[in-house]
Amino acid sequence: MFRRILMGLVLPAVQCVALAEVAPDAFVLQLSTEVIDAVKNDKAIQSGDVSRIRTLVDSKIVPNVNLQRMVVKSVGPQWRTANPEQQKRLTDEFKTYLINTYSGALTQVKDHNVKLRPLRAGPNPNEVVIGTDVVSRGEPLQLDYRLEKSGDGWKIFDFNVLGLWATDSFRSQFARDLSAGGIDALIDRLAEKNKSISGSKS
Amino acid sequence: MKPRRVASWLLAVAAFALDGCASTAAGTPGDPLEEMNRAVFSFNEALDEAVLKPVASGYQTVVPEFVRYTVENFFANFNDGWSAINHLLQGKPAAALEMGLKFSVNTVLGFGGLVDVAGAGIERRSEDFGQTLGRWGIGAGPYLVLPLLGPSTVRDTAALVADWQAIPEAFLEQGVERFALTSLHVISVRAGLLSATRVLDEIALDKYSLVRDGYLARRRYLVYDGNPPEEPEADEGDTREATPPK
Repeated sequence: MFRRILMGLVLPAVQCVALAEVAPDAFVLQLSTEVIDAVKNDKAIQSGDVSRIRTLVDSKIVPNVNLQRMVVKSVGPQWRTANPEQQKRLTDEFKTYLINTYSGALTQVKDHNVKLRPLRAGPNPNEVVIGTDVVSRGEPLQLDYRLEKSGDGWKIFDFNVLGLWATDSFRSQFARDLSAGGIDALIDRLAEKNKSISGSKS
Repeated sequence: MKPRRVASWLLAVAAFALDGCASTAAGTPGDPLEEMNRAVFSFNEALDEAVLKPVASGYQTVVPEFVRYTVENFFANFNDGWSAINHLLQGKPAAALEMGLKFSVNTVLGFGGLVDVAGAGIERRSEDFGQTLGRWGIGAGPYLVLPLLGPSTVRDTAALVADWQAIPEAFLEQGVERFALTSLHVISVRAGLLSATRVLDEIALDKYSLVRDGYLARRRYLVYDGNPPEEPEADEGDTREATPPK
């Protein structure tokens, strides 16, 4: 326990150094173990405090995500028709929606462990897919990440739950609003959804 | 109804659905029957909301956790035996042996599968006949939402004929016991999904398409045992040209 507190204090300082030459699979394992441990050890989260999970996702995961790339991929070709102001608003709402989505998944974590699946090498050395199995009772749950090289470290630009890539799912769900009312309709819809999610719990 | 008869009825539904796709060409790629599917989906959702979900919630509240686990184990054990056979049919003797071993150990030492004795040692890797057909190179066909049963495809619907021979209910004569066992099976499965569907309801912008995409991707993923070939990258809206919002 004491060791964990100590690590918590020291880790942020060491992190920039430690990340310097980290392998993508080690990066994913470290990040997911850290998050799952944090969920397990937080009594407030265990008793259903969703806002705490959101804070956790915001502070631990979001900095390691290439939000820009995710939002562009999720929106599709229409992204280019949006003006800078719309793009900014859309990115903000998207970020909140992403945090809500991921937090929702994390509320399901009870007694889980993360295991890496064998690395699959792709044609592009700067982009890799890292597969993990979240193991608990019953069948392991697959959680995969697409990573891109970013400076000395890695950034997540897509994740896959049980076989479905997040951006594919987003694009398919966004398409309805985009074709009905364009970028503004999508922004309104996301804003409305984010509001209803944060109002429904915590 | 005997499972076989139910299955042939489902096939008839599937055939009808396929027939329907000639007339309604509209819809998302991979989902030519979207219009009909959406209707069935709403029907299922309403039924779930009115009957199944409340019953499953009650079950979860009233029945102690270890009893629910025991029920889950019992059904999962049958499924392990069936998975072993499907692994074999797919030419994966090692996995077949593993699941066969899990099935035997749990059946003999775990009181007919009530206790997952092999749980820690052998991870569960489920395979059904739909996956076997997929492995044999049979395409999934159009997405299909079945009344009561939910998301499926034409291939997976056809595969139910085989899958339903391997559930515990199939080994009972038709009657009260079989009805009770089927009900328990359905309620147990639904109760296990309660928290997941709550999250789904909360985050979905369009639940129909989220469930559809999830089901299709999941099945594809399973057919390729977690290593589906990369699909051609979709248009990313050109990341490099896009002006970053500032």
